[in-house]
Formats: sequence, structure tokens, C-alpha cells
Amino acid sequence: MTEQLSDKSKQALINLLYQLADDDFILAFRGSEWLGLAPHIEEDVAYSSINQDTMGHAAMFYKLLEDLGEGDVDELSHARKSTLRKNAVMLELANGPGHYLKEPNYDWAFTVVRNYYYSQAKKVKIDSLKQSSYKPLADAAVKVSMELYYHLLHWTVWFKQLIQAGGEAKEKMINAIKKAEADFGDVLSLGPLAEDIVQSGFIESETVLTQAFHKRMDPVFQGLSIPYSGRFQQINGKGRYGEHTEELVQALDTINEVYKINPKAVW
Amino acid sequence: MEWRTEFTRDQENQIEEALMTVKDPEIDSISVIELGMIELIKGCHNQVSIYVLPTFMGCPALDIIKSNILKAVSSLSWLEQAAVFFIYDPPWTSDRVTEEGRERLKEFGIAPPPEKIDETGEWHVACPYCESIYTTMDNLFGPTACRSILYCKACKNPFEAMKPVSTLM
Ligand SMILES: [Zn+2]
Repeated sequence: MTEQLSDKSKQALINLLYQLADDDFILAFRGSEWLGLAPHIEEDVAYSSINQDTMGHAAMFYKLLEDLGEGDVDELSHARKSTLRKNAVMLELANGPGHYLKEPNYDWAFTVVRNYYYSQAKKVKIDSLKQSSYKPLADAAVKVSMELYYHLLHWTVWFKQLIQAGGEAKEKMINAIKKAEADFGDVLSLGPLAEDIVQSGFIESETVLTQAFHKRMDPVFQGLSIPYSGRFQQINGKGRYGEHTEELVQALDTINEVYKINPKAVW
Repeated sequence: MEWRTEFTRDQENQIEEALMTVKDPEIDSISVIELGMIELIKGCHNQVSIYVLPTFMGCPALDIIKSNILKAVSSLSWLEQAAVFFIYDPPWTSDRVTEEGRERLKEFGIAPPPEKIDETGEWHVACPYCESIYTTMDNLFGPTACRSILYCKACKNPFEAMKPVSTLM
């Protein structure tokens, strides 16, 4: 399978796989920081289950990279510096002020919005990846899709109910939407090799994906009687180009703590 | 489960029996065969390759299942080499759980995956204890990736159900 790929195509595929893997990896980590802190016990169970799935998706994408000769899965997930990461910046931002161990004043509204927007975008990408010209990626997409289905159901309920609740909840959600949209451009970006990625048939173009995204979001916002801007920025950097925040550096330091002590440890 | 081997019928039976002893580490009444996880078995002479479909991607039990399969088949003295591969095509779906498998799940207090899902994504299962269909969903996400938490209004027991997953999702 890999033998048939030209050098250019292979580099494009590798770049896309890093985006997919790094996105899921960092969001699952941010999610894991909520363990024990979620609004209620049922949410704690649900959210940790979602994070476990999402980390599983990251592991599968890293495995595809390993199969393409990029190195060992544990090393790819743990040992790469922030400048080598291709994840969208919106996914790396801290959950809120404070620290997991000390006064975590995390922002649940932002968490709901970030996960809802991301799950919708992931759905659009995964649907496109099911037709990927790279068969192992298309197979992986079918697997991810079945689990993502439940994630999307879950975040849709939170997203709608917190907005419909009105008052402070709605106000916080509107602010969280602004914050998420300020860095969401990254999520739908395919990065510096976008053209090669699309030409090789690995996934559809940013334009097609973005339109599909709007098509999913527009009716939701209409149903909630709130305006949908449909305009996204990248104010904290372009993650696909290796631009990241100090918040990612700190997150990686935490993630790598155990790995650095013993890279041979079995996970 | 497909066989592509040069083994005798008796040898294949021995492998199948060995695999029947490999249970889901988190639901120890059901085997990997009954879960529909074994897709293909290839082999000749003293070598066997077993192709396994992972259920949920982040399931931490997968590594344990792999080593348990290797342990089980290595108990057959005529086999000298065994390998286990996880593959994604075809994807594992909950309708692969066999009829016996569905019964084994109930024995463990877990309702088998529902065979039908509404267009809204809703699904209904009968209580594994009293068979009542007067049940409500408590949490789509349960203690493991493959299970949801429900409540039976008839016998007032909480119970778990295996989540339906299909390629239509
Ligand atoms: Zn009952």
C-alpha cells in the first residue's frame, strides 16, 4: 500500500495524520483534567469515557504513523516538542484559570463549546475520511465514526440545554462561543500541505469541509434563536504550522512527566 | 469467523475450543468468539495467525485479550508459532455478538446490545433481570467504553447494557 505512494503524497499523508492524532491527543488530555471536577457524577463517568475513546483514536492515528516509519507510538505521542505538534490551538488552551491540583477554576461552558464544535468538525472530517484514498485511514475513520456518534449526542445535549437555560448559563455560553471561534479557524485548516493532501485524495478540501460544517451548525443556532457568525479566526497562532501557546508547553510537561522518567515503561 | 488453514478439522476444533476459554477481561462470562471479535484464522503446519477486531478503540482490555489469546493457543502442543493481529476491516459492530453471547451477557447482568435504533438515536432494551421493557437510560456512558447505564422501573434495579454500534452511525 505505502509503496504506491509518491514521496510528495506520503509527506502529505504523514502531515494529515499528525494533525488528526495531535488534535485528539491534546483534547483528550484537557478532558482528563476534568476527572473528579465535572459538574456531577454522571458527567464524570461520561466525560472520562469520551476521553478514553478520544485517546484511543489518537493512538490509532499514531499507529498509522508508526506503520509509515515515523517512529514508535509512545514516542510520537509523548516525546515530540510543542513546535513539532500539529494540533489546532483551540484544543490546547487550558480549561480555565488555576491548576488541576490547586484551585481549578475551570470553565465548563468553554469545555462544552470546545467539545461540541470539535465533535461537529470531527464528524465532517471523519465522513470525508471514510472515502480516503489511503485504505488504512478510511478503515480507521469507520471505526472512529461509531464512537464519535455518541460523543456528538452527548455534547449536543449540553450545548443546547445550557443555551436554552437562559440567564447566566446562556451568557457564559455566548462568551465561550466567542472564545472558541477566535481560534477555531485552525480546526478546519489542513495546514501547509493542504493542496497535496487534497490532491492525493486523502480528505476533501478545507472549503468543502468548512461548508459542510456550516451546514451542520446553522440549523442548530437557528433552533436556539442565537446568531451564527460562521467566521473563525486563529488569534493565538496557527497550530498546523507548529505555532502554539505556552499552555501547550505546560500541558506537554505534565503529560511527559512519567514518560521522561522511564521511556520504556509499559502503558 | 473464517478459517483459511491447512489444518485438519480436529485441529481447527482444538483452536476454537482454546479461543472459547478466552473471555472478555471485563465481562468474564463471554468469550472473544461469542463477542464476534475473531474475524479470520490462517495457518499451516505448526503456525497460526489470528485476526481480531477491536471493539472500542480506547479499550484498555485489548492488550490483555491479545496476550490471553496467545496463551490459550500456546497450550496446544502441536502449535509452535502463534500471532495475533488487530484489524479494522471489517469494523466490529454490536450485531456480531452471537446468540449464545447475548445469553452470556445477560448472565452477567448486562443487557445485550439492542438490535434496533430509532432515527433519533434512541434505543430501548429489556431489563436483563426481569425482562421488563419499562426501562430508562441513566447514562449513555458506563464504567467501560462498551457499556451504558440504565434503570429498570419494574424491578427497580440499575443495570448495564452493551452499547449498540453500527456502520450506520
Ligand atoms: Zn427489571
